[in-house]
Amino acid sequence: MLHYIGRRLLQLIPVLLGMTFVVFMIIRAIPGDPAQVILGQQATKEAIEALRAKLGLDNPWYVQYFDYLGGLLKGDLGESLRTTTPVSEEIWPYLAATFELSLFAVLIAVIVGVNAGIISAWFQNSWFDYTAMILALVGVSMPIFWLGLMMQYIFGIELGILPTTGREEVRNPIDSMTNLYVLDTILQGRFDQLGIVLKHLVLPGLALATIPMAIIARMTRSSMLDVMRSDYVRTARAKGQKMFWVVYKHALKNAIIPVLTIIGLQMGLLLGGAILTESIFAWPGVGRYIYEAINFRDYPVIQSGILVVAFIFVMINLFIDILYSLIDPRIKYD
Amino acid sequence: MSERKAILQVKGLQTSFFTDDGVIPAVDNIDFSVHEGEVLGIVGESGCGKSVTSLSIMGLVPSPPGKITGGKILFGDKELTKLSDKEMRNVRGNDVAMIFQEPMTSLNPLFTIGNQLMEAILIHKKGWSKKQASARAVEMLTLVGLPRADELMKEYPHQLSGGMRQRVMIAMALVCDPKVLIADEPTTALDVTIQAQILALMKDLNERLNTAVLLITHDLGVVAETCERVVVMYAGQIVEEGPVQTIFKDPQHPYTKGLLQSVPDMRYKKQRLYSIPGNVPKPGSVNTGCRFAARCEFAFDKCLTQNPDLYQTATVHKTRCFLYEDQEVSTHDRTLVES
Ligand SMILES: Nc1ncnc2c1ncn2[C@@H]1O[C@H](COP(=O)(O)OP(=O)(O)OP(=O)(O)O)[C@@H](O)[C@H]1O
Ligand SMILES: [Mg+2]
Repeated sequence: MLHYIGRRLLQLIPVLLGMTFVVFMIIRAIPGDPAQVILGQQATKEAIEALRAKLGLDNPWYVQYFDYLGGLLKGDLGESLRTTTPVSEEIWPYLAATFELSLFAVLIAVIVGVNAGIISAWFQNSWFDYTAMILALVGVSMPIFWLGLMMQYIFGIELGILPTTGREEVRNPIDSMTNLYVLDTILQGRFDQLGIVLKHLVLPGLALATIPMAIIARMTRSSMLDVMRSDYVRTARAKGQKMFWVVYKHALKNAIIPVLTIIGLQMGLLLGGAILTESIFAWPGVGRYIYEAINFRDYPVIQSGILVVAFIFVMINLFIDILYSLIDPRIKYD
Repeated sequence: MSERKAILQVKGLQTSFFTDDGVIPAVDNIDFSVHEGEVLGIVGESGCGKSVTSLSIMGLVPSPPGKITGGKILFGDKELTKLSDKEMRNVRGNDVAMIFQEPMTSLNPLFTIGNQLMEAILIHKKGWSKKQASARAVEMLTLVGLPRADELMKEYPHQLSGGMRQRVMIAMALVCDPKVLIADEPTTALDVTIQAQILALMKDLNERLNTAVLLITHDLGVVAETCERVVVMYAGQIVEEGPVQTIFKDPQHPYTKGLLQSVPDMRYKKQRLYSIPGNVPKPGSVNTGCRFAARCEFAFDKCLTQNPDLYQTATVHKTRCFLYEDQEVSTHDRTLVES
């Protein structure tokens, strides 16, 4: 197993390397110059040239690229052009905010999606099945920004029961240690603040969870329908087992394997969706961080920010592949 | 044999499938009983309703589209078709257990043998500890002739051969001492030598544990080796019933005769094996006359227009064929037999 993980990590190197190259080239194709953005419209040509030289932007692209790679090899993600702080320091609070939001969304998507799929399959053609599958169909075809805006309008403005932006109340800031506010408030025993933090998570979390939840529900249902017809499910029933355990023990463990693949793929889309959701809900996450960096042509932040997100995505998928082998004894790596 | 008590009685059972193409009466008014400790065979070609019969007894007919539409299934004084879900679960695996044709897919691939065996025990033995259940599971694995029972408990189905898996299935079925074991073509998917071993095991366990076995097969050879009595099914009906020796020596229904002629016999080197001309009609497609008439070389006018009854041609022999209508033993004898 360790062998396998090692090999997978080695395989990541060319993938991530290729990605850094593509991102590097694309952001330089965006019109605009960081030195110009930093110094403003009134800056003289000389001042801009001087800053470009200082930032190393006057070197040929391949020199810049290999400089950047050299830094990466030493674990240096570069410095923000705008704030001159190392990206590796700056990115943490944003990453934590995105992590909290995504984890919340994933938990909702998986728990609700998987259970809706199971119950739909168990009671195939019941009203629950029809309702859930119609909702799921609506869910997969829902544009995330439209959904986000509608939720803000209904729950935030019309009903006024949920906050629509940010992670905390300005008047009642959270004394953060980990930047994971849920964890912070629990560790500090500030349950009043925990309530506030959770309230802030609801709308962006739901907006982010909707599409993956719908896809997971549909996938779980069809996978369960397959499995429910299998011989071992009949064997479990012939033993006299309760239907609940037949479904949740025997069928689910088998049916979840293809669903896991989907969950892994959804994680990538979820990270993409996070960028959109974060800008709608003013969530101070890594999506917003990269988005703002793009506006400032802050090359190192864009490059390294995307690299970090991509790295997380591939790690999640590695984790899911390992999960397969834990669930299914027939899958043996190495 | 006949003085043994009937523990499982199927009376007038009808099971139909309600499909888009109409109602398929897969099992159409069948009667038979399984007596304490006996091995009863049910034979018939593919599609004649053997599996549906056994699933009906277990209350596991896939529904929808299937449904028991008539008749009774009596286990002791329990009417199985009338039981609640919960009561039926107490019967399954506990009073009546079942093993299936496909040992390769009948065990859950993601749980250990031990887990699945202990599950079967703990469902019915309330208050047993895991340790007791595990000891019982090991004991059963040993009983069905599996070596290294302790290690097997921790292994997964894919690590076992088909024959071993079928032994595990048998162990699992017998773990709560059921009165009746239904075995639906338990050896069809296995190769010949393993088949013989599994049949010998079932016969042996039947004698040692006194578990009645309802052995479903399409192979008369299997019946000859293992069963005491046999029920021959054709297109959802019983066409002949009697002790194995009688049926083999003196088959009455033309279908049974045809089946017997198509069994390979090692003693005679016939060049060609007999096969009954034609195919089994789809259930529900023959509504008038004898269902076998179209394939029967003895068929006469009446066979095409009237449906024959199951005639009692001897105290323990019944045949659904007009050729034996006049040989029926008197009703007086018949009541004696049935009581
Ligand atoms: N799920 C189902 N839906 C519709 N019809 C079915 C279903 N299951 C069985 N049947 C019908 O019931 C009939 C009897 O099927 P059954 O499985 O009992 O046959 P069998 O005697 O066990 O055959 P085999 O030797 O192939 O196992 C079939 O011909 C089929 O038409
Ligand atoms: Mg069958």
